[in-house]
Amino acid sequence: MSTKKFMYLNRKAPYGTVYALESLEVVLIAAAFEQDVSLAFIDDGVYQIVEGQNTDGIGMKNFSKTFHALGDYDINQLYVSAESLEERGLSADDLMPLIYEDEDDDWAEKPSVKIVSNAELSKLMSDQDVCLSF
Amino acid sequence: MLHTVNKSVFERNSLQSCLNTIDDSSVILLIEDGVISAAKNTKSSLLADLAAEGRVFALQGDVEARGISSKVADNIKLVDYEGFVDLVVEHGTAVSWV
Amino acid sequence: MKISIQINEGPYQHQASDTAYQFAKAAIAKGHEIFRVFFYHDGVDNATRFTVPPQDDRHIVNNWASLDIKNAEGEPELVVCIAAALRRGLVDDSEAQKNGIEGNNIHPAFRISGLGQLIEAGIQSDRLVVFGD
Repeated sequence: MSTKKFMYLNRKAPYGTVYALESLEVVLIAAAFEQDVSLAFIDDGVYQIVEGQNTDGIGMKNFSKTFHALGDYDINQLYVSAESLEERGLSADDLMPLIYEDEDDDWAEKPSVKIVSNAELSKLMSDQDVCLSF
Repeated sequence: MLHTVNKSVFERNSLQSCLNTIDDSSVILLIEDGVISAAKNTKSSLLADLAAEGRVFALQGDVEARGISSKVADNIKLVDYEGFVDLVVEHGTAVSWV
Repeated sequence: MKISIQINEGPYQHQASDTAYQFAKAAIAKGHEIFRVFFYHDGVDNATRFTVPPQDDRHIVNNWASLDIKNAEGEPELVVCIAAALRRGLVDDSEAQKNGIEGNNIHPAFRISGLGQLIEAGIQSDRLVVFGD
């Protein structure tokens, strides 16, 4: 099967609606298809990977931990809009430290999250073959 | 690329987010409540430059359904569903700002 | 051209399914192939055969069925995500049996399958268009 570039565009906060959770479920399945997968977190989507989520008080499953598994599935291109973070009073330190082991570099641990400007996001999006929005 | 925006500029930031990341060759198609952003209003300047370049389209059926046919801003082109299909075919990857 | 569609919203509440249907109909009229329509999130509710809208309203489920979107093997290519469907109470015979539920509510023009079908649609199609909230 041919390889295509898939981008998962996440613009909604977790829990208030199901989009974030069900987007993550697609991404986990996508890993099996050996495509070039990237995730973009824009607008309130950045809250999906904020550190310290605790859902004990709302009776819903805290699925943020699942993001830590993405590196094991070779999904290590998580792009976060710098502008969206800044607008919301967030910075890189507020995000979960998601990492992957780079098999081409003696399994060195590297960050999966890259904070990018709108201009960089624009360029990344222009390279995609398929963009799935949630 | 073809960017579709389906929410009014007065309700959500999807049009603004689309504009923040759109590249120089992509076009925007306003559909559903997104066509409200095609009407002449206090936010029209957001799309004016792109429209002048012929890069903004609105779905005619949605414009007419919302009673704003006479208020569509200058240079915004109306298309029917077949025109929507043509835009998808001509402009490569489709990005939905849902 | 091969075009696939992802629908994220249920019928009647949002316009997404209506727009997607008009788009699919126009694409077919122009000689394009709708490779697959994938129903996700509340979009799975577009596939229940128990839908009974008022007589003067459009029947969204039957509209989709009328497009008769099938693959070469004759299987429907109106595909409902299994995980999303089970969460929301939409089952076919096989899932009903597995889960000890009596009856089924999926329209025969649709089929239930895994999320891999969405990825595959993205790989196999020239374009994938998402309709949502």
